[in-house]
Amino acid sequence: MQIPDAKEKWTSKINAITLGATRAEGGTRAKTVTVGGETTLPFLTSEGEMPHPPAIAGLVVDVVPEGWPDILKKAIGDEIRSPAEWARKCVEKFKVDLICLKLLGPDPVGKNLSADHAAKTVKAVLEAVDVPLIIWGCGDEKKDNEVLPPCSMAARGENCLIGAATDKNYRTLGAIGKADKHKLIGEAPVDINIAKQVNILLQDAGFDLKDVVMCQVTAALGYGFDYVYTIFERVRIAGLRGDKHMALPQIANVGWEVWKIKEALADEDILPGWGKLEKRGPQWEATTAVGYIQAGADIVTLAHPDAIATVKETITQLMTGDSK
Amino acid sequence: MIFIGERINTGFKDIKQAVLDKDPKPLQEWARKQAEAGANYIDVNLGAVSSKPADMCWMIETVQAAVETPISIDTNKVAILSEAIKACKKPPLLNSTTSSKEKLDPFLEIAGKYGASMIGLAMDESGTPKESAKRVECAGMIASAWLEAGLPMEHLFLDPIVMPLKFMQDQAKEFLEGARQFTMISDPPPHIICGLSNISSKATEKKLINRTFLVMAIANGLDATIADVLDTDLINAARTAELMMNREIYADAYVKV
Repeated sequence: MQIPDAKEKWTSKINAITLGATRAEGGTRAKTVTVGGETTLPFLTSEGEMPHPPAIAGLVVDVVPEGWPDILKKAIGDEIRSPAEWARKCVEKFKVDLICLKLLGPDPVGKNLSADHAAKTVKAVLEAVDVPLIIWGCGDEKKDNEVLPPCSMAARGENCLIGAATDKNYRTLGAIGKADKHKLIGEAPVDINIAKQVNILLQDAGFDLKDVVMCQVTAALGYGFDYVYTIFERVRIAGLRGDKHMALPQIANVGWEVWKIKEALADEDILPGWGKLEKRGPQWEATTAVGYIQAGADIVTLAHPDAIATVKETITQLMTGDSK
Repeated sequence: MIFIGERINTGFKDIKQAVLDKDPKPLQEWARKQAEAGANYIDVNLGAVSSKPADMCWMIETVQAAVETPISIDTNKVAILSEAIKACKKPPLLNSTTSSKEKLDPFLEIAGKYGASMIGLAMDESGTPKESAKRVECAGMIASAWLEAGLPMEHLFLDPIVMPLKFMQDQAKEFLEGARQFTMISDPPPHIICGLSNISSKATEKKLINRTFLVMAIANGLDATIADVLDTDLINAARTAELMMNREIYADAYVKV
């Protein structure tokens, strides 16, 4: 009996998107990063192509996050106090592909720092490293609307990825993205319908969907990971089946979400039998990231150097099929 | 949903006159309008105006000079088809053959040679079947010949054949039952298509009838139609029906797309 060919035939292709601009392209980056372009589900290269490996963005925060555990701060080192130095260490020592600068400082419920502070930090980080930059606002839509325009201008021509555009602030972000030639993150609150809505709205506002990376508010493992995982998967399947509003690369903000949960914060004294936090924390971060990568994430943000190393090695193994 | 724009047809006076005068403007204007409205193919029908393949080729070239959208070559004459297909820049849709062998075979050969898609009408030399069972039999014959020729199922469109509601009121139900059964012909199934405007032929409430029937047909598996793609209410009703069939992901602004 002939074994039937069970291979899926996908009709569509996920947009490929290049971040960063070299001098020849009007920026100052030494290298660019391209993600997306898949014609198959992640790593299923027997059914199609996965031309670019998922990229790792080293998470850098403009102010030291108050709740982060000492094991993470220690692993990053003293550089954590200077976003520029931290970014440089991420590139040179931790070997990340790009930097994700999280602008927590301007958050009105936190330090409520000025837009000027944020723009200066963006400039300092751009000067410190030569890889592409993701600029991610604090998440307060009103404050982001104030802070992100000057940041976008400070990074004009560098082809950054700026986020996050939601169904509330997509007009402002669409406008700065177009004016300063940046790409955008479109974000939805763990909701595939709103994710599609954001993309339609951005397109309706005249922003090209080829310049958008999709994001779901990322859940750490154990905190709704399975919901977000299935959304990543459903978005990718819809995109491969021809839904142009879903055929976009996806980003998972893993580093930012994982270091908020008790499994990544509490050591054995509080969680007996859970193993040492020093090992468990980065493992939790890496496991969350690898899960999302297999669901369709094209970029993951990571904070702990051990997590970065583990995810990097896993990506290499998955891309080459070499499981060692 | 795959939409085929029906308007470039010499059944319409402006197109007939344009073909007789070799005036490209009306064709190109309709081509642009239909492409902008989201047509996946532009149907081109020479009708009874001429039997010269060169006239069909002129129509196709004229349309292609205005839009990038692939062509649906609307003829059942092999002599015209075999010349017209050479004029197509992109793999076209062959519209259409019946299950009758002497008609089907040359269509299969041309589809295979040019990588084209094809519409198979669920009828044979004895005409349009009155019952769904015969429609399914004809469709099955076309589908098996298509597979035997080694052609991909995603390029086959089967048409259960729409009859005018006003004159053959019993036929809409037979169409719908036929469409439902066509979905079980293979996995993945072929596309199921109809020439929609036929349902409202000579009726007064044309748009309402078209729209209602299209929604009912989608609920029975239809995923392609030759229709008035400029009828926004029709397109939006189809989109809504597709959401209800869970073929698309819902978003509040889905009609803006």
